[in-house]
Amino acid sequence: MYRAERKPELRPFEPDLDHANAGTRICRQRGGCFVLRVFACFKTGAVSLIKGGIVLKHALPALVIAVLLILWEACVRLFAIPLYVLPAPTQVIAALISDAPPLASHALVSLSEALAGMGIALALSLVLGIAMDAFPAVGRAIYPILVVTQTVPMIVLAPIFIIYMGFGLAPKILTVTLMCFFPIVVSFADGMAQVSPAYQNLLRSYGAGRLQIYTLAKVPAALSSLLSGLKVAATYSISGAVVGEWIASQRGLGYYLLRVKNNYMLDKVFACVLVIILLSLLMNGLIRLIQRLCAPYLCDKEKENAP
Amino acid sequence: MSAKLEMRDIRFGYGQTPVLDHLSLSVQPQEFVSILGASGCGKSTILNLLCGTLRPQAGEMFVDGGPLTGISDHFAYMPQSDLLFDWQTILENVCLYGRIHGAYADAKAQAKENFAAFGLAGCEELYPRSLSGGMRQRAAFLRTSLCSADILLLDEPFGALDVISRGDMQQWLLSMRTRLSRTALLVTHDVDEAIYLSDRILVLGGRPAHVVREFPIAEKNRTRDWLFAQGSLRGEIYRCIKGETA
Repeated sequence: MYRAERKPELRPFEPDLDHANAGTRICRQRGGCFVLRVFACFKTGAVSLIKGGIVLKHALPALVIAVLLILWEACVRLFAIPLYVLPAPTQVIAALISDAPPLASHALVSLSEALAGMGIALALSLVLGIAMDAFPAVGRAIYPILVVTQTVPMIVLAPIFIIYMGFGLAPKILTVTLMCFFPIVVSFADGMAQVSPAYQNLLRSYGAGRLQIYTLAKVPAALSSLLSGLKVAATYSISGAVVGEWIASQRGLGYYLLRVKNNYMLDKVFACVLVIILLSLLMNGLIRLIQRLCAPYLCDKEKENAP
Repeated sequence: MSAKLEMRDIRFGYGQTPVLDHLSLSVQPQEFVSILGASGCGKSTILNLLCGTLRPQAGEMFVDGGPLTGISDHFAYMPQSDLLFDWQTILENVCLYGRIHGAYADAKAQAKENFAAFGLAGCEELYPRSLSGGMRQRAAFLRTSLCSADILLLDEPFGALDVISRGDMQQWLLSMRTRLSRTALLVTHDVDEAIYLSDRILVLGGRPAHVVREFPIAEKNRTRDWLFAQGSLRGEIYRCIKGETA
Protein backbone atom coordinates (compact mmCIF):
# COMPACT_ATOMS: atom_id res chain seq x y z
CA MET A 1 0.00 0.00 0.00
CA TYR A 2 2.71 2.37 1.12
CA ARG A 3 4.88 1.42 -1.82
CA ALA A 4 2.11 2.07 -4.31
CA GLU A 5 1.61 5.59 -3.05
CA ARG A 6 5.28 6.48 -3.14
CA LYS A 7 6.49 8.60 -5.97
CA PRO A 8 8.49 6.33 -8.28
CA GLU A 9 12.23 6.83 -7.94
CA LEU A 10 13.92 8.74 -10.69
CA ARG A 11 15.99 6.74 -13.09
CA PRO A 12 19.44 8.17 -13.91
CA PHE A 13 19.56 10.72 -16.75
CA GLU A 14 15.86 11.42 -16.48
CA PRO A 15 15.42 15.06 -15.50
CA ASP A 16 12.90 15.76 -12.79
CA LEU A 17 10.83 18.26 -14.76
CA ASP A 18 8.12 18.46 -12.09
CA HIS A 19 10.69 19.60 -9.60
CA ALA A 20 12.42 21.95 -12.03
CA ASN A 21 9.22 23.76 -12.93
CA ALA A 22 7.93 23.85 -9.36
CA GLY A 23 9.26 27.38 -8.76
CA THR A 24 7.55 28.71 -11.87
CA ARG A 25 4.30 27.04 -10.94
CA ILE A 26 4.34 28.34 -7.38
CA CYS A 27 4.88 31.89 -8.70
CA ARG A 28 1.96 31.58 -11.06
CA GLN A 29 -0.34 29.99 -8.47
CA ARG A 30 0.30 32.54 -5.78
CA GLY A 31 0.24 35.45 -8.14
CA GLY A 32 3.79 35.93 -6.72
CA CYS A 33 5.69 39.10 -6.03
CA PHE A 34 7.16 41.02 -8.96
CA VAL A 35 10.74 39.79 -8.56
CA LEU A 36 9.68 36.16 -8.42
CA ARG A 37 7.53 36.59 -11.49
CA VAL A 38 10.43 38.21 -13.37
CA PHE A 39 12.63 35.33 -12.27
CA ALA A 40 10.06 32.84 -13.51
CA CYS A 41 9.92 34.61 -16.88
CA PHE A 42 13.70 34.49 -17.16
CA LYS A 43 13.64 30.82 -16.31
CA THR A 44 11.07 29.85 -18.91
CA GLY A 45 12.92 32.10 -21.34
CA ALA A 46 16.19 30.37 -20.57
CA VAL A 47 14.62 26.94 -21.03
CA SER A 48 13.30 27.89 -24.46
CA LEU A 49 16.74 29.31 -25.28
CA ILE A 50 18.33 26.00 -24.26
CA LYS A 51 15.99 24.33 -26.71
CA GLY A 52 17.21 26.91 -29.26
CA GLY A 53 20.74 25.58 -28.65
CA ILE A 54 23.11 27.91 -30.48
CA VAL A 55 21.19 31.04 -29.50
CA LEU A 56 21.94 30.33 -25.87
CA LYS A 57 25.70 30.11 -26.46
CA HIS A 58 25.88 33.82 -27.34
CA ALA A 59 22.65 35.17 -25.89
CA LEU A 60 23.17 34.10 -22.30
CA PRO A 61 26.57 35.74 -21.69
CA ALA A 62 25.37 38.86 -23.55
CA LEU A 63 22.29 38.97 -21.35
CA VAL A 64 24.34 38.65 -18.16
CA ILE A 65 26.69 41.44 -19.26
CA ALA A 66 23.74 43.65 -20.20
CA VAL A 67 22.10 43.11 -16.82
CA LEU A 68 25.36 43.93 -15.00
CA LEU A 69 25.82 47.11 -17.06
CA ILE A 70 22.27 48.26 -16.35
CA LEU A 71 22.78 47.58 -12.64
CA TRP A 72 26.05 49.55 -12.73
CA GLU A 73 24.42 52.50 -14.53
CA ALA A 74 21.47 52.46 -12.12
CA CYS A 75 23.72 52.41 -9.03
CA VAL A 76 25.84 55.33 -10.25
CA ARG A 77 22.74 57.43 -10.95
CA LEU A 78 20.78 56.31 -7.91
CA PHE A 79 23.55 56.99 -5.39
CA ALA A 80 24.98 59.97 -7.36
CA ILE A 81 28.49 58.49 -7.33
CA PRO A 82 30.98 61.16 -8.47
CA LEU A 83 32.99 60.65 -11.69
CA TYR A 84 36.34 60.44 -9.89
CA VAL A 85 35.09 57.43 -7.91
CA LEU A 86 33.14 55.47 -10.50
CA PRO A 87 31.93 56.60 -13.95
CA ALA A 88 28.69 55.21 -15.37
CA PRO A 89 28.90 53.02 -18.50
CA THR A 90 27.28 55.79 -20.56
CA GLN A 91 29.97 58.24 -19.40
CA VAL A 92 32.66 55.72 -20.38
CA ILE A 93 31.14 55.36 -23.85
CA ALA A 94 30.95 59.18 -24.16
CA ALA A 95 34.63 59.47 -23.21
CA LEU A 96 35.50 56.71 -25.67
CA ILE A 97 33.81 58.64 -28.49
CA SER A 98 35.14 62.09 -27.56
CA ASP A 99 38.70 60.84 -27.05
CA ALA A 100 38.67 58.41 -29.99
CA PRO A 101 41.45 60.08 -32.07
CA PRO A 102 44.13 60.17 -29.30
CA LEU A 103 43.03 56.72 -28.05
CA ALA A 104 43.42 55.32 -31.57
CA SER A 105 46.90 56.73 -32.06
CA HIS A 106 48.05 55.51 -28.62
CA ALA A 107 46.43 52.12 -29.25
CA LEU A 108 48.36 51.81 -32.51
CA VAL A 109 51.64 52.31 -30.61
CA SER A 110 50.73 49.68 -28.00
CA LEU A 111 49.51 47.27 -30.67
CA SER A 112 52.73 47.56 -32.66
CA GLU A 113 54.78 46.97 -29.50
CA ALA A 114 52.64 43.94 -28.66
CA LEU A 115 52.95 42.52 -32.18
CA ALA A 116 56.72 43.06 -32.27
CA GLY A 117 57.12 41.52 -28.81
CA MET A 118 54.96 38.54 -29.73
CA GLY A 119 56.86 38.04 -32.99
CA ILE A 120 60.21 37.99 -31.21
CA ALA A 121 58.83 35.70 -28.50
CA LEU A 122 57.45 33.31 -31.13
CA ALA A 123 60.71 33.20 -33.10
CA LEU A 124 62.73 32.61 -29.93
CA SER A 125 60.26 29.96 -28.76
CA LEU A 126 60.48 28.01 -32.02
CA VAL A 127 64.28 27.95 -31.95
CA LEU A 128 64.60 27.28 -28.22
CA GLY A 129 61.68 24.81 -28.16
CA ILE A 130 63.27 22.65 -30.83
CA ALA A 131 66.70 22.96 -29.18
CA MET A 132 65.22 21.92 -25.82
CA ASP A 133 63.49 18.94 -27.42
CA ALA A 134 66.43 17.80 -29.55
CA PHE A 135 69.00 18.18 -26.75
CA PRO A 136 67.49 17.39 -23.36
CA ALA A 137 70.56 18.90 -21.67
CA VAL A 138 69.64 22.31 -23.16
CA GLY A 139 66.13 21.93 -21.75
CA ARG A 140 67.40 21.03 -18.31
CA ALA A 141 69.83 23.96 -18.35
CA ILE A 142 67.37 26.59 -19.57
CA TYR A 143 64.08 25.60 -17.96
CA PRO A 144 64.90 26.89 -14.43
CA ILE A 145 65.96 30.25 -15.93
CA LEU A 146 62.67 30.44 -17.81
CA VAL A 147 60.70 29.79 -14.64
CA VAL A 148 62.70 32.40 -12.70
CA THR A 149 62.04 35.08 -15.33
CA GLN A 150 58.34 34.48 -14.77
CA THR A 151 58.57 34.86 -11.00
CA VAL A 152 60.10 38.35 -11.10
CA PRO A 153 57.25 40.89 -11.33
CA MET A 154 57.24 42.80 -14.63
CA ILE A 155 56.71 46.05 -12.73
CA VAL A 156 60.21 45.54 -11.27
CA LEU A 157 61.87 44.54 -14.53
CA ALA A 158 60.33 47.22 -16.74
CA PRO A 159 62.12 50.21 -15.09
CA ILE A 160 65.41 48.30 -15.28
CA PHE A 161 64.92 47.78 -19.02
CA ILE A 162 64.28 51.51 -19.37
CA ILE A 163 67.54 52.26 -17.58
CA TYR A 164 69.35 49.93 -20.00
CA MET A 165 67.54 50.78 -23.22
CA GLY A 166 66.16 54.30 -22.88
CA PHE A 167 62.68 55.66 -23.41
CA GLY A 168 62.00 54.30 -26.91
CA LEU A 169 60.01 51.28 -28.03
CA ALA A 170 62.77 48.74 -27.25
CA PRO A 171 62.17 48.32 -23.48
CA LYS A 172 58.40 47.93 -24.04
CA ILE A 173 58.93 45.31 -26.74
CA LEU A 174 61.31 43.47 -24.41
CA THR A 175 58.68 43.54 -21.65
CA VAL A 176 56.10 42.02 -24.01
CA THR A 177 58.61 39.44 -25.21
CA LEU A 178 59.43 38.37 -21.66
CA MET A 179 55.75 38.06 -20.73
CA CYS A 180 54.80 36.12 -23.87
CA PHE A 181 57.87 33.96 -24.26
CA PHE A 182 57.19 31.58 -21.37
CA PRO A 183 53.67 30.36 -22.29
CA ILE A 184 54.67 29.95 -25.93
CA VAL A 185 57.92 28.03 -25.42
CA VAL A 186 56.52 25.80 -22.67
CA SER A 187 53.42 24.83 -24.65
CA PHE A 188 55.49 24.22 -27.78
CA ALA A 189 58.10 22.09 -26.00
CA ASP A 190 55.39 20.14 -24.15
CA GLY A 191 53.53 19.54 -27.41
CA MET A 192 56.66 18.10 -29.00
CA ALA A 193 57.49 15.98 -25.98
CA GLN A 194 54.04 14.41 -26.12
CA VAL A 195 54.49 13.04 -29.65
CA SER A 196 54.37 9.27 -29.23
CA PRO A 197 57.69 7.47 -29.80
CA ALA A 198 55.70 5.11 -32.05
CA TYR A 199 55.46 7.88 -34.67
CA GLN A 200 59.20 8.48 -34.46
CA ASN A 201 59.93 4.76 -34.81
CA LEU A 202 57.63 4.57 -37.81
CA LEU A 203 59.38 7.50 -39.47
CA ARG A 204 62.82 6.11 -38.70
CA SER A 205 61.87 2.70 -40.11
CA TYR A 206 60.77 4.58 -43.27
CA GLY A 207 64.28 6.05 -43.42
CA ALA A 208 63.49 9.57 -42.16
CA GLY A 209 66.36 11.63 -40.75
CA ARG A 210 66.26 13.63 -37.54
CA LEU A 211 65.26 16.84 -39.28
CA GLN A 212 62.43 15.05 -41.10
CA ILE A 213 61.10 13.68 -37.81
CA TYR A 214 60.71 17.32 -36.76
CA THR A 215 59.27 18.64 -40.00
CA LEU A 216 56.91 15.70 -40.60
CA ALA A 217 55.82 14.78 -37.09
CA LYS A 218 57.00 16.74 -34.09
CA VAL A 219 56.45 20.34 -35.15
CA PRO A 220 53.05 19.78 -36.83
CA ALA A 221 51.92 17.66 -33.87
CA ALA A 222 52.94 20.42 -31.46
CA LEU A 223 51.14 23.08 -33.51
CA SER A 224 47.91 22.63 -31.57
CA SER A 225 49.52 23.27 -28.19
CA LEU A 226 51.73 26.01 -29.67
CA LEU A 227 48.56 27.82 -30.75
CA SER A 228 47.07 27.41 -27.26
CA GLY A 229 50.23 29.00 -25.84
CA LEU A 230 49.99 31.78 -28.43
CA LYS A 231 46.38 32.50 -27.43
CA VAL A 232 47.43 32.92 -23.80
CA ALA A 233 50.42 35.04 -24.84
CA ALA A 234 48.26 37.18 -27.14
CA THR A 235 46.05 38.19 -24.23
CA TYR A 236 49.15 39.03 -22.16
CA SER A 237 50.87 40.97 -24.93
CA ILE A 238 48.79 44.17 -24.76
CA SER A 239 49.03 44.24 -20.94
CA GLY A 240 52.79 43.78 -21.28
CA ALA A 241 53.05 46.78 -23.57
CA VAL A 242 50.85 48.88 -21.26
CA VAL A 243 53.00 48.00 -18.22
CA GLY A 244 56.12 49.04 -20.13
CA GLU A 245 54.53 52.34 -21.17
CA TRP A 246 53.20 53.02 -17.69
CA ILE A 247 56.74 53.17 -16.30
CA ALA A 248 58.15 55.72 -18.74
CA SER A 249 57.03 56.79 -22.19
CA GLN A 250 55.55 59.57 -24.29
CA ARG A 251 53.21 57.38 -26.33
CA GLY A 252 50.98 54.36 -25.98
CA LEU A 253 47.92 53.36 -23.98
CA GLY A 254 49.97 53.01 -20.76
CA TYR A 255 51.10 56.64 -21.07
CA TYR A 256 47.53 57.80 -21.79
CA LEU A 257 46.23 55.75 -18.85
CA LEU A 258 48.77 57.25 -16.45
CA ARG A 259 47.96 60.81 -17.56
CA VAL A 260 44.16 60.53 -17.27
CA LYS A 261 44.45 58.65 -13.97
CA ASN A 262 46.59 61.43 -12.49
CA ASN A 263 43.84 63.90 -13.48
CA TYR A 264 41.11 61.73 -11.91
CA MET A 265 39.35 61.37 -15.28
CA LEU A 266 38.02 57.97 -14.45
CA ASP A 267 35.67 57.86 -17.44
CA LYS A 268 38.75 58.06 -19.69
CA VAL A 269 40.59 55.50 -17.58
CA PHE A 270 37.69 53.09 -18.08
CA ALA A 271 37.47 53.95 -21.79
CA CYS A 272 41.18 53.14 -22.10
CA VAL A 273 40.68 49.86 -20.22
CA LEU A 274 37.91 49.05 -22.68
CA VAL A 275 40.31 49.68 -25.56
CA ILE A 276 42.91 47.41 -23.90
CA ILE A 277 40.30 44.66 -23.55
CA LEU A 278 39.26 45.05 -27.18
CA LEU A 279 42.87 44.97 -28.38
CA SER A 280 43.61 41.86 -26.31
CA LEU A 281 40.56 40.15 -27.79
CA LEU A 282 41.70 41.30 -31.22
CA MET A 283 45.11 39.69 -30.68
CA ASN A 284 43.40 36.51 -29.50
CA GLY A 285 41.14 36.57 -32.56
CA LEU A 286 44.20 37.04 -34.77
CA ILE A 287 45.66 33.80 -33.42
CA ARG A 288 42.35 32.03 -34.04
CA LEU A 289 42.43 33.31 -37.62
CA ILE A 290 45.97 32.03 -38.06
CA GLN A 291 44.84 28.67 -36.65
CA ARG A 292 41.98 28.55 -39.13
CA LEU A 293 44.38 29.27 -41.99
CA CYS A 294 47.29 27.00 -41.12
CA ALA A 295 45.58 24.23 -39.15
CA PRO A 296 42.06 23.69 -40.50
CA TYR A 297 41.97 20.17 -39.04
CA LEU A 298 42.16 21.68 -35.52
CA CYS A 299 39.12 23.87 -36.19
CA ASP A 300 37.19 20.80 -37.30
CA LYS A 301 38.15 19.13 -34.05
CA GLU A 302 36.92 22.08 -32.01
CA LYS A 303 33.63 22.02 -33.88
CA GLU A 304 33.23 18.31 -33.22
CA ASN A 305 33.93 18.76 -29.53
CA ALA A 306 31.56 21.68 -29.19
CA PRO A 307 28.37 20.78 -27.35
CA MET B 1 59.35 -7.39 -55.15
CA SER B 2 59.96 -10.14 -52.63
CA ALA B 3 62.88 -11.41 -50.68
CA LYS B 4 64.00 -14.17 -48.43
CA LEU B 5 64.35 -13.32 -44.77
CA GLU B 6 66.41 -15.15 -42.20
CA MET B 7 67.14 -14.67 -38.49
CA ARG B 8 69.80 -16.85 -36.83
CA ASP B 9 70.32 -17.37 -33.11
CA ILE B 10 69.03 -13.95 -32.13
CA ARG B 11 69.34 -12.84 -28.51
CA PHE B 12 67.77 -9.69 -27.12
CA GLY B 13 66.72 -8.31 -23.75
CA TYR B 14 65.41 -5.11 -22.22
CA GLY B 15 67.86 -4.16 -19.45
CA GLN B 16 68.47 -7.25 -17.34
CA THR B 17 65.39 -9.07 -18.64
CA PRO B 18 66.14 -11.45 -21.51
CA VAL B 19 63.25 -11.53 -24.01
CA LEU B 20 64.50 -13.55 -26.95
CA ASP B 21 67.20 -16.22 -27.02
CA HIS B 22 68.28 -18.66 -29.74
CA LEU B 23 65.55 -17.31 -31.96
CA SER B 24 65.90 -18.57 -35.50
CA LEU B 25 63.39 -18.30 -38.29
CA SER B 26 63.29 -17.96 -42.04
CA VAL B 27 60.67 -16.71 -44.46
CA GLN B 28 60.70 -17.66 -48.14
CA PRO B 29 60.12 -15.13 -50.93
CA GLN B 30 56.41 -14.27 -51.21
CA GLU B 31 55.61 -16.42 -48.21
CA PHE B 32 53.15 -15.13 -45.63
CA VAL B 33 54.28 -16.17 -42.15
CA SER B 34 52.54 -15.44 -38.85
CA ILE B 35 54.16 -15.33 -35.46
CA LEU B 36 51.84 -16.33 -32.62
CA GLY B 37 52.61 -16.14 -28.97
CA ALA B 38 51.31 -15.15 -25.57
CA SER B 39 51.15 -11.44 -24.97
CA GLY B 40 54.42 -9.89 -23.83
CA CYS B 41 56.49 -12.81 -25.16
CA GLY B 42 58.50 -10.62 -27.55
CA LYS B 43 56.54 -10.87 -30.82
CA SER B 44 56.69 -7.16 -31.57
CA THR B 45 60.34 -7.05 -30.50
CA ILE B 46 61.16 -9.33 -33.43
CA LEU B 47 59.70 -6.80 -35.88
CA ASN B 48 61.49 -3.92 -34.17
CA LEU B 49 64.77 -5.84 -34.46
CA LEU B 50 64.18 -6.44 -38.15
CA CYS B 51 63.29 -2.88 -39.03
CA GLY B 52 66.28 -1.59 -37.08
CA THR B 53 64.69 0.42 -34.28
CA LEU B 54 66.17 -2.15 -31.86
CA ARG B 55 69.52 -3.96 -32.13
CA PRO B 56 70.03 -7.65 -31.28
CA GLN B 57 72.60 -8.48 -28.60
CA ALA B 58 73.70 -11.57 -30.47
CA GLY B 59 72.90 -13.42 -33.67
CA GLU B 60 72.61 -12.48 -37.31
CA MET B 61 69.86 -11.42 -39.69
CA PHE B 62 69.90 -11.68 -43.47
CA VAL B 63 67.76 -10.51 -46.35
CA ASP B 64 68.51 -12.44 -49.57
CA GLY B 65 71.81 -13.49 -48.02
CA GLY B 66 72.94 -9.93 -47.23
CA PRO B 67 73.47 -9.17 -43.53
CA LEU B 68 71.20 -6.62 -41.82
CA THR B 69 72.62 -3.89 -39.62
CA GLY B 70 70.38 -1.13 -38.34
CA ILE B 71 67.71 0.55 -40.40
CA SER B 72 67.44 -0.79 -43.94
CA ASP B 73 65.12 -0.22 -46.86
CA HIS B 74 64.02 -3.86 -47.03
CA PHE B 75 61.08 -3.49 -44.69
CA ALA B 76 57.71 -1.81 -44.73
CA TYR B 77 56.60 -1.72 -41.13
CA MET B 78 52.97 -1.40 -40.09
CA PRO B 79 52.31 -0.87 -36.39
CA GLN B 80 49.22 -1.88 -34.42
CA SER B 81 47.68 1.57 -34.25
CA ASP B 82 47.31 3.20 -37.65
CA LEU B 83 49.62 6.13 -36.71
CA LEU B 84 48.15 8.37 -39.39
CA PHE B 85 49.06 12.03 -39.06
CA ASP B 86 45.95 14.01 -38.09
CA TRP B 87 47.21 17.14 -39.82
CA GLN B 88 47.63 15.54 -43.23
CA THR B 89 45.02 14.41 -45.72
CA ILE B 90 44.77 10.70 -46.45
CA LEU B 91 46.62 11.23 -49.73
CA GLU B 92 49.49 13.04 -47.97
CA ASN B 93 49.50 10.36 -45.27
CA VAL B 94 49.77 7.41 -47.60
CA CYS B 95 52.57 9.10 -49.58
CA LEU B 96 54.76 9.36 -46.47
CA TYR B 97 57.50 7.11 -47.84
CA GLY B 98 57.69 9.04 -51.10
CA ARG B 99 57.84 12.35 -49.25
CA ILE B 100 60.68 11.18 -47.03
CA HIS B 101 62.64 10.01 -50.05
CA GLY B 102 61.96 13.02 -52.27
CA ALA B 103 59.60 11.24 -54.65
CA TYR B 104 56.32 12.83 -53.60
CA ALA B 105 54.92 13.25 -57.12
CA ASP B 106 55.54 9.62 -58.09
CA ALA B 107 54.10 8.41 -54.80
CA LYS B 108 50.98 10.52 -55.34
CA ALA B 109 50.39 9.07 -58.80
CA GLN B 110 50.94 5.54 -57.52
CA ALA B 111 48.70 6.14 -54.50
CA LYS B 112 45.83 7.49 -56.58
CA GLU B 113 45.83 4.31 -58.68
CA ASN B 114 45.44 2.25 -55.53
CA PHE B 115 42.77 4.16 -53.62
CA ALA B 116 39.87 2.19 -55.08
CA ALA B 117 41.51 -1.21 -54.55
CA PHE B 118 42.07 -0.33 -50.90
CA GLY B 119 38.43 0.67 -50.49
CA LEU B 120 39.34 4.32 -50.05
CA ALA B 121 37.95 5.86 -53.24
CA GLY B 122 36.95 9.48 -52.63
CA CYS B 123 38.90 9.77 -49.37
CA GLU B 124 41.99 11.39 -50.89
CA GLU B 125 41.40 14.87 -49.50
CA LEU B 126 39.77 13.88 -46.19
CA TYR B 127 41.52 14.11 -42.85
CA PRO B 128 42.01 10.85 -40.90
CA ARG B 129 39.56 11.83 -38.15
CA SER B 130 36.62 11.62 -40.53
CA LEU B 131 37.37 7.97 -41.38
CA SER B 132 36.18 4.85 -39.58
CA GLY B 133 38.65 2.59 -37.78
CA GLY B 134 38.63 0.08 -40.64
CA MET B 135 39.21 2.75 -43.26
CA ARG B 136 42.05 4.29 -41.25
CA GLN B 137 43.63 0.84 -41.03
CA ARG B 138 43.28 0.38 -44.80
CA ALA B 139 44.89 3.81 -45.30
CA ALA B 140 47.76 2.73 -43.04
CA PHE B 141 47.99 -0.43 -45.12
CA LEU B 142 48.14 1.55 -48.34
CA ARG B 143 50.88 3.71 -46.83
CA THR B 144 52.80 0.54 -45.89
CA SER B 145 52.37 -1.03 -49.30
CA LEU B 146 53.61 2.14 -51.03
CA CYS B 147 57.01 1.70 -49.40
CA SER B 148 59.41 0.38 -51.97
CA ALA B 149 60.38 -2.43 -49.65
CA ASP B 150 60.41 -6.19 -50.27
CA ILE B 151 59.12 -7.39 -46.92
CA LEU B 152 55.99 -6.36 -45.05
CA LEU B 153 56.21 -6.40 -41.26
CA LEU B 154 52.70 -6.33 -39.82
CA ASP B 155 52.43 -5.82 -36.07
CA GLU B 156 48.87 -6.83 -35.08
CA PRO B 157 47.49 -4.60 -37.83
CA PHE B 158 43.87 -5.33 -36.95
CA GLY B 159 44.29 -5.60 -33.18
CA ALA B 160 42.54 -2.31 -32.48
CA LEU B 161 39.44 -3.09 -34.54
CA ASP B 162 36.14 -4.64 -33.47
CA VAL B 163 35.47 -8.27 -34.38
CA ILE B 164 33.30 -7.51 -37.43
CA SER B 165 35.67 -4.97 -38.99
CA ARG B 166 38.59 -7.24 -38.19
CA GLY B 167 36.92 -10.08 -40.09
CA ASP B 168 36.30 -7.79 -43.06
CA MET B 169 39.89 -6.58 -43.03
CA GLN B 170 41.24 -10.14 -42.87
CA GLN B 171 39.14 -11.11 -45.85
CA TRP B 172 40.29 -8.03 -47.68
CA LEU B 173 43.95 -8.71 -46.87
CA LEU B 174 43.57 -12.28 -48.11
CA SER B 175 42.24 -10.95 -51.42
CA MET B 176 45.10 -8.43 -51.58
CA ARG B 177 47.85 -10.97 -51.00
CA THR B 178 48.41 -11.79 -54.65
CA ARG B 179 48.27 -8.09 -55.55
CA LEU B 180 50.86 -7.18 -52.90
CA SER B 181 53.01 -10.18 -53.90
CA ARG B 182 55.50 -9.59 -51.14
CA THR B 183 57.08 -11.52 -48.35
CA ALA B 184 55.12 -10.83 -45.19
CA LEU B 185 55.70 -11.41 -41.51
CA LEU B 186 52.58 -10.94 -39.38
CA VAL B 187 52.63 -10.72 -35.60
CA THR B 188 49.32 -11.51 -33.96
CA HIS B 189 47.73 -13.12 -30.91
CA ASP B 190 44.61 -14.10 -32.86
CA VAL B 191 44.87 -17.81 -33.74
CA ASP B 192 42.03 -17.62 -36.31
CA GLU B 193 43.63 -14.65 -38.03
CA ALA B 194 46.91 -16.55 -38.31
CA ILE B 195 45.24 -19.70 -39.70
CA TYR B 196 43.15 -17.69 -42.16
CA LEU B 197 45.98 -15.62 -43.61
CA SER B 198 49.26 -17.56 -43.34
CA ASP B 199 51.21 -20.07 -45.34
CA ARG B 200 53.02 -20.98 -42.16
CA ILE B 201 52.53 -20.25 -38.47
CA LEU B 202 55.43 -19.98 -36.04
CA VAL B 203 54.57 -20.34 -32.37
CA LEU B 204 56.79 -18.45 -29.98
CA GLY B 205 57.27 -19.85 -26.49
CA GLY B 206 59.60 -20.29 -23.56
CA ARG B 207 61.32 -17.64 -21.49
CA PRO B 208 63.36 -16.12 -23.08
CA ALA B 209 61.30 -16.84 -26.17
CA HIS B 210 62.18 -18.79 -29.28
CA VAL B 211 60.22 -20.61 -32.00
CA VAL B 212 58.81 -23.75 -30.38
CA ARG B 213 56.77 -25.11 -33.28
CA GLU B 214 55.81 -24.55 -36.91
CA PHE B 215 52.43 -25.21 -38.49
CA PRO B 216 52.40 -25.18 -42.29
CA ILE B 217 48.98 -24.44 -43.81
CA ALA B 218 48.61 -25.60 -47.39
CA GLU B 219 44.95 -24.74 -48.10
CA LYS B 220 44.54 -22.75 -51.31
CA ASN B 221 40.81 -22.06 -51.19
CA ARG B 222 40.31 -20.24 -47.92
CA THR B 223 36.84 -19.31 -46.78
CA ARG B 224 35.24 -18.56 -43.46
CA ASP B 225 33.61 -22.00 -43.53
CA TRP B 226 36.97 -23.63 -44.08
CA LEU B 227 38.32 -21.60 -41.14
CA PHE B 228 35.45 -22.69 -38.87
CA ALA B 229 36.23 -26.33 -39.69
CA GLN B 230 39.82 -25.99 -38.42
CA GLY B 231 38.87 -26.82 -34.83
CA SER B 232 41.56 -29.40 -34.16
CA LEU B 233 44.34 -27.26 -35.66
CA ARG B 234 43.13 -24.29 -33.62
CA GLY B 235 43.11 -26.41 -30.46
CA GLU B 236 46.60 -27.71 -31.13
CA ILE B 237 48.00 -24.22 -31.76
CA TYR B 238 46.25 -22.92 -28.67
CA ARG B 239 47.73 -25.66 -26.48
CA CYS B 240 51.13 -25.00 -28.02
CA ILE B 241 50.91 -21.27 -27.15
CA LYS B 242 49.92 -22.17 -23.59
CA GLY B 243 53.06 -24.36 -23.45
CA GLU B 244 51.14 -27.60 -22.86
CA THR B 245 52.79 -29.61 -25.64
CA ALA B 246 56.08 -27.75 -25.90
